[in-house]
Amino acid sequence: MTISSYTERPGSGIDEAEGLSVPWSRPSPRRKGISARMISAVTILVVLAAWALSVRLQLVSPVFLPSPVAVWNKFIVVARDGFVDATLLQHVVASLGRVFAALVAAILVAVPVGLAIGISTIGRGIFDPLLEFLRPIPPLAYLPLVIIWFGIGEPSKILVITIAMLAPVALSTASGVRGVSQERIDAARSLGATRAQVVRHVILPSALPAILTGLRIALGAGWSTLVAAELVAATRGLGFMIRGPVPGHGRGDHGHIGDRGHRLRARIHHPQDRARARPVGGTRMKRERKGE
Amino acid sequence: MPHLVLDPHLVLDNVSIHYEGQPAPAVERVSIEIARNDFVVLVGRSGCGKTSLLNVAAGLVAPARGAATIDGRPITAPGSDRAVVFQNDALFPWLTARENVAFALRLRGVGPAERARRADELLALVKLTDAGDKRIWELSGGMRQRVGLARALAAEPQFLLLDEPLGALDALTRERMQTTLLDLWTASNVGVLMVTHGIEEALVLATRIVVLAPGPGRVVRTFEPGFSRRYASGEAIRTIKADPAFAAARGELTDAIFEGEAA
Ligand SMILES: Nc1ncnc2c1ncn2[C@@H]1O[C@H](COP(=O)(O)OP(=O)(O)O)[C@@H](O)[C@H]1O
Ligand SMILES: [Mg+2]
Repeated sequence: MTISSYTERPGSGIDEAEGLSVPWSRPSPRRKGISARMISAVTILVVLAAWALSVRLQLVSPVFLPSPVAVWNKFIVVARDGFVDATLLQHVVASLGRVFAALVAAILVAVPVGLAIGISTIGRGIFDPLLEFLRPIPPLAYLPLVIIWFGIGEPSKILVITIAMLAPVALSTASGVRGVSQERIDAARSLGATRAQVVRHVILPSALPAILTGLRIALGAGWSTLVAAELVAATRGLGFMIRGPVPGHGRGDHGHIGDRGHRLRARIHHPQDRARARPVGGTRMKRERKGE
Repeated sequence: MPHLVLDPHLVLDNVSIHYEGQPAPAVERVSIEIARNDFVVLVGRSGCGKTSLLNVAAGLVAPARGAATIDGRPITAPGSDRAVVFQNDALFPWLTARENVAFALRLRGVGPAERARRADELLALVKLTDAGDKRIWELSGGMRQRVGLARALAAEPQFLLLDEPLGALDALTRERMQTTLLDLWTASNVGVLMVTHGIEEALVLATRIVVLAPGPGRVVRTFEPGFSRRYASGEAIRTIKADPAFAAARGELTDAIFEGEAA
């Protein structure tokens, strides 16, 4: 670690000015008059009214756009009676559990990686290309690969979400670390701090606002990945609720996506048979080439 | 061979500083010796290498030639025997004033109760008895610099290195801080190396003033004004400043700084 390699000055990265609720952020004086919250409430009411009005005027078929009341009633039904073997609460908990497990995993991996990138040339050399490679890939692109490698269970879903969260957390951490004021570091060193103590007592707390920003971005990325992952492979969770159950899953009849899609899914649902899972993709490609 | 020094000395011996990528050295062949109880002040226009020299003493910058030693041992890294106070306080905003002061003690593994007791003592020493629980952004500029001083003293340094510590303060606060600095210096038996732009400030505080000139940074003159010793032996700061000898010294020092500039 070469702490002496810092060159950037305060303000070059994301810092306290972001107004994040870090414990030491300066409280801003309250402004009197209309609060933003009130304006937001009005905005929501206007949107709801526009929705109800367009349904009432039959601008769109109610099949595609049910009224707010119909949606609310359905919500009550799902919340009370559940949806496919599980209550709404269980679906929500399943999804939240996955996202938070992934968040913890991402923090454990990406914060140290971000520190390494920000602190040391070697760390930057190692992790920068890996992250820049990983970052632009949409999570759904590596989802099939992860399922083939790790099966269809919880670990692969959490893994996919974690991967989606790694880059934002690591890059924000690194930028926060590079923004730490040189004077703060020098002051700590002259007070007798070892390099490890500088990292623990100066760099980490200085970078915390940037890390929190990264976590916020990561939660957004993780949430959309979660829904996608559950759409493809889950029996519980909010993404699963969007898709609904595979019709006749495991009983041999044909689903609404059709024979081919169903067969692929059936293979995926039995990942223990990996030898069979691979030819599926092959057959599929061959069929497509035949101009199906 | 390292010899036994009863009175520790911070020595810059023929120090030249050459920053990487710069065509010319920033500082050339400067020698300064600071004993404990010395209050050495560096003056000179911007860019003549005052901060660079202070950083060499701190162990944050390595000299290109010459030697920096403390008690005969070469200075190779920062250490708590030479605590630095920067112009922009460099305090930690996630800690309270008390926790900032106690920082050096925490690094050494001193327990929380002892830490708080020691920090409160130091806060009292810099006249901030009631500010211990305050956050850094609740403090005025002068209070912050006091916290910075107390934080440096908590490391129990042999030398204090101050880089324009009062530069950002208004004139009145600055004057009050000068007496605080002198009180600390007399009470705590440390050697001080300080950078300032204030001519009166240098005269009031210093036992020795080193005048530097730029291009490359070098020593053009040294003064031993002796007014701070008079303050230490009980004379009031206003009577000292009213002394004709003070006005004469101010004229002489100003001339020396401008001479350096003309050269
Ligand atoms: N980190 C650095 N890299 C390159 N040049 C520097 C650096 N720090 C200072 N200098 C140069 O060295 C000279 C002395 O700077 P400095 O010690 O800051 O002077 P002072 O504190 O007296 O204003 C200046 O010309 C400045 O540009
Ligand atoms: Mg300077």
